[in-house]
Amino acid sequence: MELTKETLQEIDEVVPRYPDKRSAVLMVIHLIQDELGAISDETCEWIAEKLDIEPINVKELITFYPMLRETPWGKTHVRVCRTLPCALRGSYATCQKLEKKLGVKEGHVREDGEYSIEFMECLADCGEGPVVMVDEETYENIDEKEAGKLADLLLMGKLDDSAEFVSYEKGLLSETVTKAKKSSSKAKK
Amino acid sequence: MITKNSPKEHRIILKYADDPNYSNRLGCYLREGGYEMLRKALKMKPEEIGEEVLKSGVRGRGGAGFPAGMKWKFLDRKSGKPIYLICNADESEPGTFKDRQIMHKDPHQLIEGMMIAAYAIQAKQAFIYIRAEFFEGARILERAIAEAKEKGFCGEKILGSDYSCDLVVHRGAGAYICGEETGLIESLEGKRPNPRIKPPFFPAVLGLYQCPTIVNNVETLCNVKHVLEMGGDEFAKIGKPNNTGTRIWCVSGQVKKPGYYEFECGALTLGEMIFDVCGGLLPGRSLKAVIPGGSSAKILRADERFVGKHKDGTDFDWGIEDIPLDFDGPMAAGSMSGSGGIIVMDDTVDIVEAMANVNAFYAHESCGQCTPCREGCLWMKKITKRMCDGDAREEDPDMLLSIANQIEGRTICAFGEAAAWPTQSFIAKFRDEFVKKAKPSKRSKNSLQLI
Ligand SMILES: Cc1cc2nc3c(=O)[nH]c(=O)nc-3n(C[C@H](O)[C@H](O)[C@H](O)COP(=O)(O)O)c2cc1C
Ligand code: SF4
Ligand code: FES
Repeated sequence: MELTKETLQEIDEVVPRYPDKRSAVLMVIHLIQDELGAISDETCEWIAEKLDIEPINVKELITFYPMLRETPWGKTHVRVCRTLPCALRGSYATCQKLEKKLGVKEGHVREDGEYSIEFMECLADCGEGPVVMVDEETYENIDEKEAGKLADLLLMGKLDDSAEFVSYEKGLLSETVTKAKKSSSKAKK
Repeated sequence: MITKNSPKEHRIILKYADDPNYSNRLGCYLREGGYEMLRKALKMKPEEIGEEVLKSGVRGRGGAGFPAGMKWKFLDRKSGKPIYLICNADESEPGTFKDRQIMHKDPHQLIEGMMIAAYAIQAKQAFIYIRAEFFEGARILERAIAEAKEKGFCGEKILGSDYSCDLVVHRGAGAYICGEETGLIESLEGKRPNPRIKPPFFPAVLGLYQCPTIVNNVETLCNVKHVLEMGGDEFAKIGKPNNTGTRIWCVSGQVKKPGYYEFECGALTLGEMIFDVCGGLLPGRSLKAVIPGGSSAKILRADERFVGKHKDGTDFDWGIEDIPLDFDGPMAAGSMSGSGGIIVMDDTVDIVEAMANVNAFYAHESCGQCTPCREGCLWMKKITKRMCDGDAREEDPDMLLSIANQIEGRTICAFGEAAAWPTQSFIAKFRDEFVKKAKPSKRSKNSLQLI
């Protein structure tokens, strides 16, 4: 397992924030998963050693938490909200449209590794459903029709600069903190 | 349409959130008098702040509505162990999206509220446990904390006083159960978020690292700042007795203008919220049902009557539109205001589909420790799913109810109730639809798919 100097530095910064090293484990996992896309058994061992715990103490988290991964998502990961408020606004149709356009079923990664779709539970933006996240950005009111347009822009690599689709994060009345890092996009294959 | 008489929002917590001249940076917060209350707090005795919070009557905004001042009083101060403060920013109850607005748009308000609370309970360290899907939210908070630290609003020797308290942002990883406070604590300790058995020991006595710990919701902690600004007695004049302050209601589902709206507690009814504030239903639709407090709350049927006696002995006889939006109103109607998430359903909704959607949520989110919850949620999902897929069996409605009844009261944490209440109330109120669906049938082509 290889990590960049920045990630290693960030890990060393995060651990001492806690009175007990073990508490840092989720944050360390996030940092590593952001870079590698997933947490392998080897990585579990590395983290365990770093935090003076057993590898199983890491593994049991990877297998529990929905957002932790043993295998990476696609280069671009699309999350669609499934839960009732979004469903009442048509999120099932949204998800099906995205599946068709991006050529991959929810819960899966496209064969070429480019895209993956995940049907998620409530993303806490229910007033603007259906909610779709593309990597770390949130797009609101994405009904079936909008989903088609959004997917087209995404496929052309133009979603980021689109004036029509401005994410919740970009719409905030302040510059975003860092240009949203693309989780899973750095996934090494 | 909004009529002239429609109730006006009273924004305290969200005062600046959507102001085009306001950003989430420290400069804006300071311009509007930010951190003055922290300055004031540090000159008071910690107990005095606790007293003000108690007098204010402010109740928790995370779901259970427990008075914050009272919770703080339960803190074990005799053990001499360090005390911790945790902000519950997991915001995972379906239908709730208020804490999102606070953290993304006015993070310093939360930080100030937290530092005042931390000083009041004499916390050694404070944490914000934020759901991992708020990627940008976590970065905004980290930046805001760095800004605050630089000016001495948190960290070492706050504003030159003897009090030090570090504030750390901790990210979850997509599990709803991390919103339950003891699941959250386990998660923060680096373990699987299996909720702890309580009573006898609540976090205020044995919490994080078995030390006394206070867990409060984002909105609750923001209120602490305003309690200090107004004084407990003045704050208690907002809203109604036992329902003080404002609440941010999150309306979702089938209304014209879903969104978040902050009102004085009790300032409007559910009907005014839906038909005036949210612009009413979509064209040609009529109201079928409302879930008033996040998906765990019991569903209300549009044509029910809610009859009973208030605590003061007076009678009430409400239609769904008459239910006052505060803590006690939805409770009197047999449900709860929970996390403030109001989910509206119109006559196009197939109630069994909605049930299947909700059950799929709980089946996905059960932590799995308790057999009734783990197995029950799974079967409730499977049964409602098969009813929607046209493979129903005659006994399904009764079977569903029986499963829900066997979860309630037999689990380690309140997730069990949160999962059982929807099924119990959906079937109690829409039995006819469940019975109708209990015969094999095809989903009609134009119907809205919810599962
Ligand atoms: C299953 C379950 C999920 C919960 N989710 C949340 C949540 O996402 N956010 C929250 O603030 N409280 C949540 N709660 C309530 C917390 O356990 C706790 O009561 C609350 O954070 C206390 O804060 P308050 O007193 O300020 O409301 C949840 C409770 C249960 C049983
Ligand atoms: S009730 Fe459900 S979520 Fe709560 S501890 Fe038991 S299994 Fe876990
Ligand atoms: S239900 Fe989709 S964001 Fe809450």
